[in-house]
Amino acid sequence: MSRENTITPVLPVREAEEEVVIRIKDLRKSFGDNHVLNGFNMELHQGENLVIMGKSGSGKTVMIKCLVGLMQPDSGSIEVMGKDIIKLDRTALDLLRADIGFLFQGSALYDSMTVRENLEFSLRRHKERFKDRADTETLVLEALKSVGLSHATALMPAELSGGMKRRVALARTLIMNPRIILYDEPTSGLDPITAKEIIELMRIIQARYRTSALIITHDVDCARVISDRMILLVDGINYAEGTYRELQRSADPQVKAFFK
Amino acid sequence: MINISRQGMILIIYTVPNSAYLWIYNCRDMHGIKGISGKVAGFFRLSGELSRFAGRYFAEVWKPPFEIRELLHQCYSVGNRSFPLVGITGFIIGLVLTLQTRPTLQEFGAVSWIPSMVGISIVREIGPVIIALVCAGRVASGIGAELGSMRVTEQIDAMEVSGTNPFKFLVVTRITATTLMVPVLVIFGDVLALYGSFLIEHLKGNVSFQLYFNQVFNSLEFSDLIPDTVKTFFFGLAIGLVGCFKGYYCAKGTVGVGTAANTAVVAASMLIFILDFIAVLISDIFYEL
Repeated sequence: MSRENTITPVLPVREAEEEVVIRIKDLRKSFGDNHVLNGFNMELHQGENLVIMGKSGSGKTVMIKCLVGLMQPDSGSIEVMGKDIIKLDRTALDLLRADIGFLFQGSALYDSMTVRENLEFSLRRHKERFKDRADTETLVLEALKSVGLSHATALMPAELSGGMKRRVALARTLIMNPRIILYDEPTSGLDPITAKEIIELMRIIQARYRTSALIITHDVDCARVISDRMILLVDGINYAEGTYRELQRSADPQVKAFFK
Repeated sequence: MINISRQGMILIIYTVPNSAYLWIYNCRDMHGIKGISGKVAGFFRLSGELSRFAGRYFAEVWKPPFEIRELLHQCYSVGNRSFPLVGITGFIIGLVLTLQTRPTLQEFGAVSWIPSMVGISIVREIGPVIIALVCAGRVASGIGAELGSMRVTEQIDAMEVSGTNPFKFLVVTRITATTLMVPVLVIFGDVLALYGSFLIEHLKGNVSFQLYFNQVFNSLEFSDLIPDTVKTFFFGLAIGLVGCFKGYYCAKGTVGVGTAANTAVVAASMLIFILDFIAVLISDIFYEL
């Protein structure tokens, strides 16, 4: 059976005025003979939670790194809030990045800095953006309070548990007041209870801040709870798209394998 | 008169090792020259990458933001924290050098030459090279491991995403810090080495502090100090450059971090010897003039 015939993408009906915040067209990326992305397409709308699932090596992380300019794609286009990030210069890209929060898989906290310094570090290049808002101290405390860690300002990352690290990383993302948050495996390496707490926190944040979220995960529970729409990435292309329920009901063996 | 602009110099630094690599690679492929192994091509490729990294450093070091706070922190880390190790090393070099040479010179009735001999050898050669090697062991491995673990745990990517240029914040500050602090450490080490030598002379030959150091400074000329201080800046640059290069482009995984730290020390040490040889050749030309 050819891949094109497996599943017809079923996109939820959207209001015409809903703004597309990320648009990826025909994205391709190879490492030597290893073709990781083979024409990936995607649209993320304002306020939407889009989950991307796929096996290890299917190109999820490469795609998300291309999205924030950490990797250069071989071809295709990536528009974030109407700007083609491939054509942006360094300064314009940095300004755009202030609107994109990125939660890394391993939290990626700067281990030589305290929790407070980790949060302040994100602000240092974007002082202009916050000149009308409260002082740094208040911003740090607000961000930590929103993830339930207002007591942890003086701690070093090495003193935090896995779940706390993930929360601090989320606070570091939130302090910039981003319009889009990219989550790279937000629950990986966490115990089921902490994973549920992080998922719940993501839901609360999305409701409070009205952010759009692109979530890369293997965690079916996470996808069920948080997704408005899902894309199944296989061999670097959109294999299937739809809501959680639509994909769950799919008869396609590759799709079913994810929901077993 | 040859006049090459800064961009021209950077272009040469970029091009020469890369061209050599491509030439060797093409020779191997097109003419089947088996004698030129992949290692030689690999060496030129690595040299090309390192020179490109150096070119990027020289291009970015002049541009704002200058990250002064991080630079001072790195100077403290490289300099202040290396003082005990460098001090002990320098002091012991002075002690050992004097103890080893004393019996031989005594046989020829030339004990009075010890301050001059020790002074010249420490200031001109032994001090700068050994202190730079100690710094390579302590600093280059530390930088390689630190940046390597930051790369592996995606901290460098996180910095990039937050809008901070990680090359400027992590690499430029560290290379500048080593370039500035290694000469200070070498001077400190030299002073302690001479003091160690004086202690032996004082204990064994009852030589006074004033007499010993008068002899040391009488034997040294201004032309001894300048090239030997200038070369320590290049030693510092090499240590920072190699440590940062190895760490910044560290391979994934804990093995990659270990390899980055290890190869940083080896490569920095090799580079120090090569730079020392070049410095001696150049200073010899000036002596002859």
